[in-house]
Amino acid sequence: MAHDKQRVLVIGGGIAGITAAVDLGDAGHEVVMVERLPSVGGRMLQLSETFPTLDCAQCTLTPRTVETGQHPNIKLYTYSEVVKLEGGPGAYTVTIRRKKAYVDWQKCTGCGACQEKCPTKVRQNPFERGVGVKKAIYTLSPQAVPNKPIIDADHCRYLLHGKCAVCAQVCPVGAIVYEQEETFVQEEVAAVIVATGFDLYPMDALGEYGYGTVPDVIDGFAMERLCSASGPTAGRVLRPSDGREPRDIVVIQCVGSRDPEHHKAYCSRICCMYSAKHARLYKHKLHHGRATLFYMDLRCTGKGYEEFLQQSTEEEGLVYVRGRVSKIFREGDKVVVWGTDTLSGQPVEVEADLVVLAMALVPNPEQVELARVLGIPVDDNGFFREAHYKVGSVDTGCEGIFVAGCCQGSRDIADTVAHASAAASKAQVFLSRLRRRAA
Amino acid sequence: MNYTYFPGCTLYTKGKSFDEAGKRAGEKLGFTLEEMPYWTCCGATFPLAEDNDIALASPTRVLARGRQAGETLVTLCAVCHNVLKRTNHVMKTNGERREKVTGFIEETYQGDLEVVHYLELLRDEIGFSALAAKVEKPLMGLKVAPFYGCLLLRPKAELQMDDPDNPSIFEDLIRALGGEPVDFPMKAECCGAFQVVHSDAMATRCSREIIASAQKRGADLLITACPLCQFNLEDRQGEMAQAEQGFKGVPVLYFTQLLALALGGSLEDLDVSRHHADPRPVLAAKGL
Repeated sequence: MAHDKQRVLVIGGGIAGITAAVDLGDAGHEVVMVERLPSVGGRMLQLSETFPTLDCAQCTLTPRTVETGQHPNIKLYTYSEVVKLEGGPGAYTVTIRRKKAYVDWQKCTGCGACQEKCPTKVRQNPFERGVGVKKAIYTLSPQAVPNKPIIDADHCRYLLHGKCAVCAQVCPVGAIVYEQEETFVQEEVAAVIVATGFDLYPMDALGEYGYGTVPDVIDGFAMERLCSASGPTAGRVLRPSDGREPRDIVVIQCVGSRDPEHHKAYCSRICCMYSAKHARLYKHKLHHGRATLFYMDLRCTGKGYEEFLQQSTEEEGLVYVRGRVSKIFREGDKVVVWGTDTLSGQPVEVEADLVVLAMALVPNPEQVELARVLGIPVDDNGFFREAHYKVGSVDTGCEGIFVAGCCQGSRDIADTVAHASAAASKAQVFLSRLRRRAA
Repeated sequence: MNYTYFPGCTLYTKGKSFDEAGKRAGEKLGFTLEEMPYWTCCGATFPLAEDNDIALASPTRVLARGRQAGETLVTLCAVCHNVLKRTNHVMKTNGERREKVTGFIEETYQGDLEVVHYLELLRDEIGFSALAAKVEKPLMGLKVAPFYGCLLLRPKAELQMDDPDNPSIFEDLIRALGGEPVDFPMKAECCGAFQVVHSDAMATRCSREIIASAQKRGADLLITACPLCQFNLEDRQGEMAQAEQGFKGVPVLYFTQLLALALGGSLEDLDVSRHHADPRPVLAAKGL
């Protein structure tokens, strides 16, 4: 036994990884958590309010990220990636690449002066999804765990042109290190839980919707950022093009999903609910606005979900149109949406101010490489392949390696948390078996 | 350089200016379109039923005879191009249907002919930069709205010519000729097509919207590669003018006409008697 506390590697610090890590930590195992972003929280950090209760995502998440950060049994490697896994079940050696933050996190106190004074505003930061700016030195959120910034090397004036260095000047503890190198560390673990989450299908794959080039056509995450009280607009829904409040919005469901001929064949499971939520949040903020939703059918099958849908369709004044949208284009400052109402057989044209596309859920682009590093299989859609569809959804073909959450398949937060606890539990069964074998 | 050429019925009659200008431009560019012998109807519509083999008889006969004349068959009319290229796709990929159809029409054909649109010839064989070098009368300041219509590029997988959702072949041609392409959202929509036969009001509504969209974005004229689009977009303008006070027409030319003009042709060659909206004033205004 390489380590008597039977350590577990958790890859991914989203709600799935956090759940599994805290479960394992509470059970007395040491956890090594690797997260590729600067702080833990994952996709939930980007969300505004969550269905079906419309409670604030941060309020659910923050106690758990804080617990993760402070847990005596959890060792955090954020802004890091797993690059190698050697050994075998019960005795793995993992190599972790710590990316260049250009900040000495040991010295940094998290005071935030650097972020405040940095003169460079970056719109391309993927976290803000194109609808908001971050500075060139930033943390993901005000409640970031750990509360340590990184420098965006693609936009930092000093790193690009050798001039500026404002952050280094204002840092009271001298934590800015422009010459920082990436480092590699190795950890011994007995088991691995992979919880790397998901991404959204890219809008630039949709020719009929303008390949993502039409201003004011945004994806679901961008809408989350706009609705989020801690987001770039402080919770105001404003058009990215001119910052105006949209009078007319269109939400299109199943974009890239359920389209085997052109895109993904599967149902992404969460879009019916979050589309209804987006429309409702918009209406709550702009009472006189109109929200039109195009849907194929409505699949709201979780606890309390049907009730949420009923409320959405009957009490919230939303316009539900059953049909697909064939074309989106810009005309003047409007976004013209051409669709069909398949219940009446009539073509529908909406001159919208903002269009939200509920894009298909897909695995992160890096997942294929991680699968290769870990030696576990992926399915036709790139999600990790479970050992058994019904009775082994957290097991992989590989003993000692488990999967949790959306990296195995689309699921909502509630199911993800359950899945992650299941993965933690199965990992403990595996570790207990190892102990008995050793005894 | 000689290319075997399939004109099709409309380019012999109503779309003669399309055909003639294409041949004239070819000579300027150093190739001759040689009409294939014994051509028949292209079939006019590609059958969507998987077992409607009889509808493939006519286009397959064209392909078989085209192959006897050469290895490449050049088309101009978007409808013929669509039917011939898609039929050829069936011949290339479905041996069973090929055997059945060629057996029925008593022709030998192995699916080894390449059906190439005139635009593809310009882009892939001549090259747009080489073409630009031969332009004698650049279309300076002329705003040209390219109208692709439905059949020229679709379906993408079978036609493999350009991206139907974001095409560029016409735009690149217009730029090579010194003109300014007009981007408008209706450029690949339906012109009304054969609906004009039994519901001309519906077809006119389609074409009216297309024209309005192009005009709104400042187009001096439209170009097309389809005789049916040309008919719906231009010939219907008479009715639009009757129905609508203050209607302002816009010329719709075949792309070969503009090409031949830029390569040194004269306005007289445009044969305006065949056009409803006279293109000469706008062209003359640009010094052409």
